[in-house]
Amino acid sequence: MAYFLQQLINGLTLGALYGLIAIGYTMVYGIIGMINFAHGEIYMISAFIAMIAFAILGVLGVASVPLALLVVLLLAVILTAAYGWTVERIAYRPLRGSFRLAPLISAIGMSIFLQNYVQLLQGARAKAMTPFISGGFVVIEEGGFAVTVSYLQLLIMVLTLVLMAGFTQMIGRTPLGRAQRACEQDRKMAALCGIDVDRTISLTFVLGAGLAAVAGVLSTLYYGVIDFFIGFLVGLKAFTAAVLGGIGSLPGAMLGGVLIGLVEAFWAAYFSAEYKDVAAFSILVLVLIFRPSGLLGRPEVEKV
Amino acid sequence: MSAFPRAKMLPALKESAMAAGIALLLALPLGGVQLPAGSTQALHFRPWWVVIAVVGVFCGRFALAWLGAGRKPAANGAAPILDRIIAAASPWRRPLFLGFVIVLAVLPLMPFADRRMVDLATLVLIYVMLGWGLNIVVGLAGLLDLGYVAFYAVGAYSYTLLAMHFGLGFWTSLPLAGAFAALFGVLLGFPVLRLRGDYLAIVTLGFGEMIRIVLINWNSFTGGSEGISSIPSPTLFGLVFSANPAAGEVAFHQAVGLPYAGVHKLIFLYYIILALALATHLISMRLRRLPVGRAWEALREDEIASRALGLNPVMVKLSAFGLGAMLAGFAGAFFATRQGFINPSSFTFIESAIILAIVVLGGMGSQIGVICAAIVLILLPEMARDFAEFRMLLFGGAMVAIMVWRPRGLLAHREPSITLAEREKEGGG
Repeated sequence: MAYFLQQLINGLTLGALYGLIAIGYTMVYGIIGMINFAHGEIYMISAFIAMIAFAILGVLGVASVPLALLVVLLLAVILTAAYGWTVERIAYRPLRGSFRLAPLISAIGMSIFLQNYVQLLQGARAKAMTPFISGGFVVIEEGGFAVTVSYLQLLIMVLTLVLMAGFTQMIGRTPLGRAQRACEQDRKMAALCGIDVDRTISLTFVLGAGLAAVAGVLSTLYYGVIDFFIGFLVGLKAFTAAVLGGIGSLPGAMLGGVLIGLVEAFWAAYFSAEYKDVAAFSILVLVLIFRPSGLLGRPEVEKV
Repeated sequence: MSAFPRAKMLPALKESAMAAGIALLLALPLGGVQLPAGSTQALHFRPWWVVIAVVGVFCGRFALAWLGAGRKPAANGAAPILDRIIAAASPWRRPLFLGFVIVLAVLPLMPFADRRMVDLATLVLIYVMLGWGLNIVVGLAGLLDLGYVAFYAVGAYSYTLLAMHFGLGFWTSLPLAGAFAALFGVLLGFPVLRLRGDYLAIVTLGFGEMIRIVLINWNSFTGGSEGISSIPSPTLFGLVFSANPAAGEVAFHQAVGLPYAGVHKLIFLYYIILALALATHLISMRLRRLPVGRAWEALREDEIASRALGLNPVMVKLSAFGLGAMLAGFAGAFFATRQGFINPSSFTFIESAIILAIVVLGGMGSQIGVICAAIVLILLPEMARDFAEFRMLLFGGAMVAIMVWRPRGLLAHREPSITLAEREKEGGG
């Protein structure tokens, strides 16, 4: 039971990270109907920015943990959002209205480009950092096995919840959210009603990149090791999470992320760690067979 | 080019400054600071890199504005020139292609053809074959398959395991390898092809990773990440290619009466892949004229209209997907026998991306485009080894640039498969 509980906590933490990245996929897919294949790379870049920022703060001698965390989060979000904006501007905006596969292929090219860009600039070897936030508390102890929640895990879950709540409010209440929903329904009509479609789409990319940046900072803290290749698998799983929850749906992305995180944690704990990725992808295929619109998604209506 | 209008100077400068500002944001963290590889070294600061990036972007953006000012707004880049060249060459397509095939056929017999050259030509032909195979799936049927290498892997491992455990020869295993790959394709495609195209891309990508993870971890069956070595080579009607044939076997050089030379085997392998590639080409050219090929293209262009005309989209797509998988399986079996050993690291996502890039850059649906792209993408990195670091960077950048510049690929000007006699309409588009 204690072991189960510990895996549950680990899975939820992992799921929160996947969920944050999945929101970026789901928002972009919702608004322009394309898979932003380079989103995983954006997450990877933010992990690098976070580690660099932590290193610089270390050099400057900033010892206060909350201050350092706040500064790094802000820096990472801003700089990563700049990457998100640039990717959209260079690789996707010129292709709007082009044939169906063009943006997707361009996104794959972008993803390969960014991976090698980081590899060239930062080197191919994995980078490590010393744990920044350590410690935790014991929830229950049972038969010599203590179930612990580390402060970092708590931070990840709380921050994810706060951001989720904020985003749901933003989509539902603010003018930007309204513009996004309008573009999602009908871009031409939205433009006729005076919405700057290009700007709305750009902002969607920026917001998605910002969330991926938060996930990048948190996962850098959580794992402590990064390399230029981490974006690929994480991006793939976050997309799986978005599809699982129903692409285009914000709560769905979160739910999907948590489910994928739990499946991975439990599969690794009870079956085999080697096949945890296979388990995650098998779930994607199964969901697509039985519920193509995802758990919380609306069925798609085909328009001529 | 006309003089740069004064009135446009200020907006152009402003634009360039904006771009430079963004470049500063982008370059500052990743370019300006390098993380140490070990924990003992200190951070490495590189302010000049940031300066160069910012100045470079500023100048580049300004030059773009400058060039753009001198051009009439209607002309969209250099594309029409390329289109005209291709259009002018298109009546000569058949003779050109035939000439190309003849050159390829006599290439290994030329006096200047050494081991390395034959080997490189074989490598290029493998990618040409894979490109043509994927062209059926992506170019004709419009299904984006990001895990094509999975079927290549299935073919390679099928042949290897059949040869290892059942002692089957290359020629017996070849159809079986293709059949296994096709089976995987159909099994995967059946549930997924009912869905939107983008899902297919991601599921095939996931499937490619799954196959690779299974190959790495299923040690007892696939040899794990070590792979399997000493895979037997193919025979020519029972003649083996070896200096000292085993008892009961006749070697090629003995039968023909030549002195033994290692290059004989390479040339033989070259002809096998040439034949396989040409067979792939013939299959796709022929199928394009059959109802099923027409159905692929119709479905690619407009799924709803095709459905309204009574096509079953799942079956039509499945046939393209399965056929593409089968061709990848053939290529995989050949790859295994040529290498003599295989391991999962030959079947990563990057391979899929390279094959896809060959199809995309060459022009989707264009057979000659695939040849050109394969030559460029495979030969250039082999020739310029010093440049290898930047290979994948340029590769990704080229994919983006070509999509932005010519979304249908470089040589995409293709005659429509079928036209009305009076109304000549431009295909591709």
